[in-house]
Amino acid sequence: MNSSRFAQLLPWFVLGLLALFPLVENTFYMQLLTKVLIMAIFAMSLDLLVGYTGLVSFGHAAYFGLAGYTLALMSPGYEAVSLWWSLPAAIVVCALFALITGMLVLRTRGIYFIMVTLAFAQMLFFVFHDTKLGGGSDGAYIYVKPSMRLGDFELVNLEKAEQFYWLVLFLMAAAYLLLHRVLDSSFGRALLGIKVNEHRMRALGFPVFRYQLASFTLAGSLAGIAGYLAAVQYGFVNPEILSWHQSGAVLMMVILGGMGTLYGAVIGSFAFILLQEVLSNQAWFGAWAKHWQLAMGILIMLVALYLPQGLAGLAQKFRGKPVPESADD
Amino acid sequence: MTELAAMNGEPILSTKGLSKRFGGLVAVSDVSLDLHVGEVHVVIGPNGAGKTTLTNLLSGDLLPTSGQVMFGGRDIAGCTSDHISRLGIGRSYQKTNIFLPFTVFENARLAAQSRTPHALKVFSRAADYAEINQRAGAALEAAGLSHRAQRIAATLSHGEQRQLEIAMCLATQPRVLLLDEPLAGMGPHESQRMVELIKKLTEDHAIMLIEHDMDAVFALAHRLTVMVNGEVLESGTPDEVRSSPAVQLAYLGGEELLHD
Repeated sequence: MNSSRFAQLLPWFVLGLLALFPLVENTFYMQLLTKVLIMAIFAMSLDLLVGYTGLVSFGHAAYFGLAGYTLALMSPGYEAVSLWWSLPAAIVVCALFALITGMLVLRTRGIYFIMVTLAFAQMLFFVFHDTKLGGGSDGAYIYVKPSMRLGDFELVNLEKAEQFYWLVLFLMAAAYLLLHRVLDSSFGRALLGIKVNEHRMRALGFPVFRYQLASFTLAGSLAGIAGYLAAVQYGFVNPEILSWHQSGAVLMMVILGGMGTLYGAVIGSFAFILLQEVLSNQAWFGAWAKHWQLAMGILIMLVALYLPQGLAGLAQKFRGKPVPESADD
Repeated sequence: MTELAAMNGEPILSTKGLSKRFGGLVAVSDVSLDLHVGEVHVVIGPNGAGKTTLTNLLSGDLLPTSGQVMFGGRDIAGCTSDHISRLGIGRSYQKTNIFLPFTVFENARLAAQSRTPHALKVFSRAADYAEINQRAGAALEAAGLSHRAQRIAATLSHGEQRQLEIAMCLATQPRVLLLDEPLAGMGPHESQRMVELIKKLTEDHAIMLIEHDMDAVFALAHRLTVMVNGEVLESGTPDEVRSSPAVQLAYLGGEELLHD
């Protein structure tokens, strides 16, 4: 089998294995994997900005958290809210928030962009932290998970962990395919052009701002799907889900996995969450387990120093991707 | 001059009293010049004369402090560079300004894509638009880069990168070309090619050319403008400019303009 065919089949193979996982183990590790897959959607949405549009957002948790709160606020106490309209509602709220903040933050570049995206996320954090809107700093519970029914038929029972896992896996694969498709379109090529040389894109006649705003809005919407699913999984939201720690964690996943390769974001979220599990395991690391962030920080630094293309770059090295020819021939 | 009719016709682009200040420095001062289809209007002058700033004012990279840029019956001074590009004014850069990590073809393809109304169709593969691919291919062909189409742009020689710069500009199908020192750093053979290409493009474009290579200048120029310290010192046919006392005075010691 040649390497390009292998590369084509590998994602389907991995997807198949992931789909079968609940048949093997359906308690702790399956729930951990659910979390990984949710974070993979979140990380891919950020990679669209960081890796494909050249916009390093440090406030991406805002959209993640906003979707979670949207679900919490829509959930009527002890009844189930329908997923069919609570999920689109969460996405629309995130899209609108991204559209409005995008119009402002996209007027800045570089370090200022990082600061302004962070500022917007922090504003949202304090809105939920300091007002009664979502239960203040205590957060709010989603007592009954959303229902997903077609007429009288229950399509997916979200209370059942393995059914929820499959739903998350399906949405992660759908998000991957959607982004893959979008990035291969004229629109996606233009985004890459903007990342590489924004000035030249403008000189070629591209309305750069509109492209960036579209990308920013799409990224916010996808982050919203991830945030919605996370809120369903935990049945609980608090301001921490839109804190800058969360924005930092997802950015680390993207860097760890490799910016600008969608599957890198997926690998990054796997690596980050599994490392976090391992490093904070008291049975293995004893008293050091409390300080897992220390070891994680060192690992991230090593990746930044020695694997600037992240774990995805490592995979490409093993596959022996051809390096571009040199200028002299 | 064969295009006397075009020379006497309406200019496609003309500036009136165009000026640009940077704080106390007047980089471009009260410049008025016309561009006609079928003509190469060459702008020469010593370094720091304001030639590139003038180009930036026409392309929208910089906003003029005062003055007008008339194009297609309206004043486009103050329009953004992407807007001006879409109106049909293309430019190349003095400092090579391309997408280094992309293939040569993708550089040209992106340029061609910028002209399509369906640029925001997000679900069809970019590579499937035959018309765009064909236009990109034609631009590379015209610039003499077809054989390099699949190379990464960063691996091209300096001269080839200059050719790509022009190809990208052509792929946007402009009516006015602003070429900022296209021959800079090129070998004699490559320069000759570029001069031929510009000559051919003159047929259906209005070209403003900034150039230091005097052989190329006199081989191409229908009109010549000499700028010094941001101002137009002299403007006219090459013969008029050559015999101008003001130019002779300013270029005293720079006798390259006066020979032949």
